[in-house]
Amino acid sequence: MEILVCVKRVPDTAENEFELNADGNDLDRDDLVYSVNEWDNYAVEEAIQIVDNVGGNVTVITVGDDEAEEVLRREMAMGANNGILLSDDAFEGSDGRGIAAILKAEIEKGSYDLILTGAQADEGAGQVGGMLAAMLDYPYASLVNKIDVDGDAKIKVGREIEGGNQEMNEIELPCVLSIQTGINEPRYVGIRGIRKVAKVEIPVKDAGELGVDAAAVGEEGAKTRRVDYFVPDLGDGAEMLEGSTDEIIEKLIEKLKAKGGL
Amino acid sequence: MTQIFAYIPHKNGAAEDVALEYPEAAKKIDAGASVTAVVTGSGADLEAVAAEMANIYSEVIKVDNAAMAYPNAEAVRKALVNILPGDAIVLVPHDTFGMDLAPGLSVKLDSAYAADVVDFEGTDGSALKLVRQELGGAVSTHVTTDASAGAVITIRPGAFAPVDGKDAGGTITDKSADAGDLSVKRTFLEVVEAEVGDVDITKSDVLVSIGRGIEDEDNIEVAQELAEAMNAVVSCSRPIVDAKWLEKSRQVGTSGQTVKPKVYMAMGISGSFQHMGGIKGNPFIVAVNKNPKAPIFQVADVGIVEDILDFMPELAEAISEL
Amino acid sequence: MSSIIGPASYELFGFFPVVIFSFILPVVGVGLFAYIMARRIAPLVRATPDNRFDRIPERLLNLFFIWLAQIRQPRYMLAGVLHIVIFAGFLILSIRSTSLVIIGISDGFVLPGFDGVIGAIYNFIKDYAATGVLIACIVAAIRRGIYKPARYDVPEKYGKDHTAEAVFVLGVISTLMISESLFEASEMAYALQETGKSHFVAPLSLVWIFKHMLAGASLGFLQGLHVFMYFVHDVAFFFFLCFLPMGKHFHVITSIFNVFFMRVRKGNIKPVMHGVSEEDLDELESFGVKKLEDFTWKHMLDFYSCADCGRCSDHCPANAVARPLSPRFITIKARDLIFKNYPMSGEIYKSPNMLVEDIYTEDEIWSCTTCGACEEECPLGIEYIDKMVDLRRGMVDEGMVPQSLQKPLKALEKRGNPYGKMEKKRAEWAAEEDFKACHTVKVLGKKESADTLYFVDSITSYDDNIQDIARRTSIILEKAGVDFGILGKAEKDSGNEVLRFGEEMLSQDLKEQNTEAILESGVKEIVTADPHAFNALKNDYTGLPPVKHISQVVAEKVRSGELALKPCMDPEQVYFYHDPCYLGRHNSLYEDPRDALDAIDGLTRVEIEKSRDRSFCCGGGGLMLFYEPEEETRMGVLRVNMAAEAGATVIVTACPFCLVNIQDAIKVAGKEGEMEALDFTALIEQHLT
Repeated sequence: MEILVCVKRVPDTAENEFELNADGNDLDRDDLVYSVNEWDNYAVEEAIQIVDNVGGNVTVITVGDDEAEEVLRREMAMGANNGILLSDDAFEGSDGRGIAAILKAEIEKGSYDLILTGAQADEGAGQVGGMLAAMLDYPYASLVNKIDVDGDAKIKVGREIEGGNQEMNEIELPCVLSIQTGINEPRYVGIRGIRKVAKVEIPVKDAGELGVDAAAVGEEGAKTRRVDYFVPDLGDGAEMLEGSTDEIIEKLIEKLKAKGGL
Repeated sequence: MTQIFAYIPHKNGAAEDVALEYPEAAKKIDAGASVTAVVTGSGADLEAVAAEMANIYSEVIKVDNAAMAYPNAEAVRKALVNILPGDAIVLVPHDTFGMDLAPGLSVKLDSAYAADVVDFEGTDGSALKLVRQELGGAVSTHVTTDASAGAVITIRPGAFAPVDGKDAGGTITDKSADAGDLSVKRTFLEVVEAEVGDVDITKSDVLVSIGRGIEDEDNIEVAQELAEAMNAVVSCSRPIVDAKWLEKSRQVGTSGQTVKPKVYMAMGISGSFQHMGGIKGNPFIVAVNKNPKAPIFQVADVGIVEDILDFMPELAEAISEL
Repeated sequence: MSSIIGPASYELFGFFPVVIFSFILPVVGVGLFAYIMARRIAPLVRATPDNRFDRIPERLLNLFFIWLAQIRQPRYMLAGVLHIVIFAGFLILSIRSTSLVIIGISDGFVLPGFDGVIGAIYNFIKDYAATGVLIACIVAAIRRGIYKPARYDVPEKYGKDHTAEAVFVLGVISTLMISESLFEASEMAYALQETGKSHFVAPLSLVWIFKHMLAGASLGFLQGLHVFMYFVHDVAFFFFLCFLPMGKHFHVITSIFNVFFMRVRKGNIKPVMHGVSEEDLDELESFGVKKLEDFTWKHMLDFYSCADCGRCSDHCPANAVARPLSPRFITIKARDLIFKNYPMSGEIYKSPNMLVEDIYTEDEIWSCTTCGACEEECPLGIEYIDKMVDLRRGMVDEGMVPQSLQKPLKALEKRGNPYGKMEKKRAEWAAEEDFKACHTVKVLGKKESADTLYFVDSITSYDDNIQDIARRTSIILEKAGVDFGILGKAEKDSGNEVLRFGEEMLSQDLKEQNTEAILESGVKEIVTADPHAFNALKNDYTGLPPVKHISQVVAEKVRSGELALKPCMDPEQVYFYHDPCYLGRHNSLYEDPRDALDAIDGLTRVEIEKSRDRSFCCGGGGLMLFYEPEEETRMGVLRVNMAAEAGATVIVTACPFCLVNIQDAIKVAGKEGEMEALDFTALIEQHLT
């Protein structure tokens, strides 16, 4: 099975404390550390496990600048066979639709049975997988937390839905799946693993090579644009109880009594 | 005048809560907008929901097709593409169904897309001004989306105040005939129910809910003692279940249980929207967290900045002494 | 008058010379033994290299004390004394056994030099030796067979009970002792009847007893017994020789080598591959131990040498809290696998699986806190920490790292601390208001310099509850007149556990960054309050200025009079000093912290048996705090209970991780209010004048 996994380099939410810059319109990026989007790691692990079982290849792909190559190497150190970097100044500022269009151009040049994305990334939209599927006219399933490869034409996938339940579906290949965390336990990649693949050639493709209309992607082509970052006004937040622990407890008990908590 | 279509998700013949939240969202986009409820499905369930929606919305479109008896996003997308005008503004909930449906729908309608919107700040020409959150809620962003050729927007359930609409006397239009070919490449098989644990957290009036702040499996006992003192039940956020410290049936949140207690004690819970999405019925929320910046303090009624490992035993003792 | 005929001249049924057996038995026995040993050495030849020919004087000292003098044996008194008797008896009787083999060919053979007084003295001693060995064997057999001490139990998951083999071998040894004595006694009884004269025999020895018992026997019986016992001894001797390499008694042969080659440095970790420098590691195909043959030859020898005494597991904290780890079975399972894969005949088998799939489990290998109690206890110098690290290196190389450890490892890679906190906040502890009001801590760099570097390390820098240690250490250093500073954001995690959890390249990365920053700062000395950092800087790093733990500084300054301590402020309390593994066992620092505490007048301090090199791990530090093992209770809880039993009310720790674990354990043990954990720096700072 030929599997393509779309990955993204994002600020590491686990290791960053986000603060706004002095102007208050962007993140203070000086001290940010970046890594591969957490959901994408699960997607790559799943792809590797599928290939381990049924054979085939795993290719990881990302749209980004030179620094994005780092995340491709990390995923290749996990066990992905190939990496592809789609990079062009014209791609900068693309919205989800733009990213999906860029990916689509490359995907159409290959022959993939299964395309995986993470269920969502830093901006929390969870959009690229679904858009890509619609553009390719492939079936799509989001929030996938189980994949059963039991045939060449169709596979079974479970989706994580409300209430912790799992919705089982049968889906035709080729298809696009967005992978939810918890589907597996991604393997560890250390510095040594990355060094081992440091010299592997990663093809870089630009808009011309992909045949992407530069005007349709990037800042220009984006219909949805981020204007600024801000920390929401905490206005009518909680009533904060202060004082010694005993005083706080006394006040709290009063309130709990009134609200039927005791 | 902006034309807004609200997709109504429903289960067992009843619309989900977001159906009451769309009107407020639509009003924030454009106070003069006309809002049409769109209900897809099949049979008696569909009829019941369409009738319910006619009490809230002046216009209701219903699409009846057996292919949508279970809400299959692919079938629903096909139907909507055939029914909606190309420049429509479509509102969809940002939930597990909306995430399945909306991105592809925006492509097929060739319209703009914005996801998980928590607020609207009107329009600027043909652009909608939206508010979103990023990085797990750590920061908010202002976003504009060009809706000149339509837009598909998913809104965060619970982010907009529900209306208590009744007797709108809306008209129901049956567009089943326009749905077109609804054959799909992804077919629904079954829902595997989450394992039911030893307690039903959805039935309890008081929940002592623990998050990362509990730090260690052994400390769960401390929460258990507070729960006993309050005659409550212990529930938790996702990390606790991921760590396998409590069973899945105790998890509150969009990927866990939906609870409707009177009092919700959020102990060491940061308050992600996925977690808050599982809390309904506007309970009295008490948040205790050692991080004064924890987002939970924005949504709680009462906030206390303390280490729960110190605070819970003292509170339990004080309550026991009453 | 006749004299008894020896086995070399005796003819069975009057015509068959038994000397033929005397020839055949040694030839067959030695030949078979040589074959068995050749098969046993095969895996060692295929093993990875190990540099064990350095530090010869230290190795000879180990050989003298640990092997010959058996100093580790009496740590378990009864078993130890029994073993010393049998061991000494074996050494003494090996001369007799050798000469006996030749007596079978040449009657009356005496080893050169043993014909005069020396021979007489030797005979006297060896008679008692044989007697002692027999008595020891009987007591040991009763102990193993009837009383069954718990540490010999074999839990079901680890296979069958080993008692039968143990008792069988005791039987073989007894047979050797009895047959040798009867051989000699029958000759003496014969001579006494014929000549009326008697040799001097060690009174009450086995030979003496047998001689008296045989006083009335017929000459014919004595002659038959004499020859028969000779061959019983000969057969038993060569059987025993060939039987030894088949199981746990292989240690009789290997122990001398194993002790000679045992670890002579403390606190360090073996390189990934001996003979491959850190710069060349990238060229290695694979890291760590994945297959049996990835172990070093010394580690293979360890497996052969284990006597199955169970002392390691008896002291293993992981085993005590029922984590899935028992060091004894790390060895036994590997030995069983060697025996299976390298059979006595036929092809060598190579398993396609990793050891952690075949015989070990991942959790088993992650369960070790690297406290070193097992190695400290082993009378044979068997190593565990290096093996654990090598097995972990193998797992890390394959990506087999539990999710709970992946996060802190990634944070260490990106931010230099396991919490993922920002580098610029590393020195924030010094900015706490009350502290800042009266103290300033220099951040070494372009502008500031100092004689001494205070290396804080991650937990003390970032953990809200532990930052006090940093502030108190600073106050103590200031009071002691030490000109010191910190590295601030240039400091990275010392990487003590990163190395010990098998993430070699990351630990090297951290080491390089720290080494560069430290050397650049130009300090002449390093002080730390974190024993894990202390160990890493001292034993894992090279080329640094000398490293001291804060307790050493306090003890020195108290001795020199530069630091004075007030009388005990809370003399009602009973203090118990808990030795941190990385201060005590790994760095032999036992006295300085105690001296410092004892410099506080009126402070009552208790000691327990499990102190110093027998200290019991609190639960582990560094990355171990992130690992979530399966266990029945916490190590810290056991430790708190030990201290409570000794009547202690305050447990004094000298390690931030010990403090975290013990504080926690006091809560879990339900002893809040009765007991408290107090860090060494807190106690000292309270008593500064």
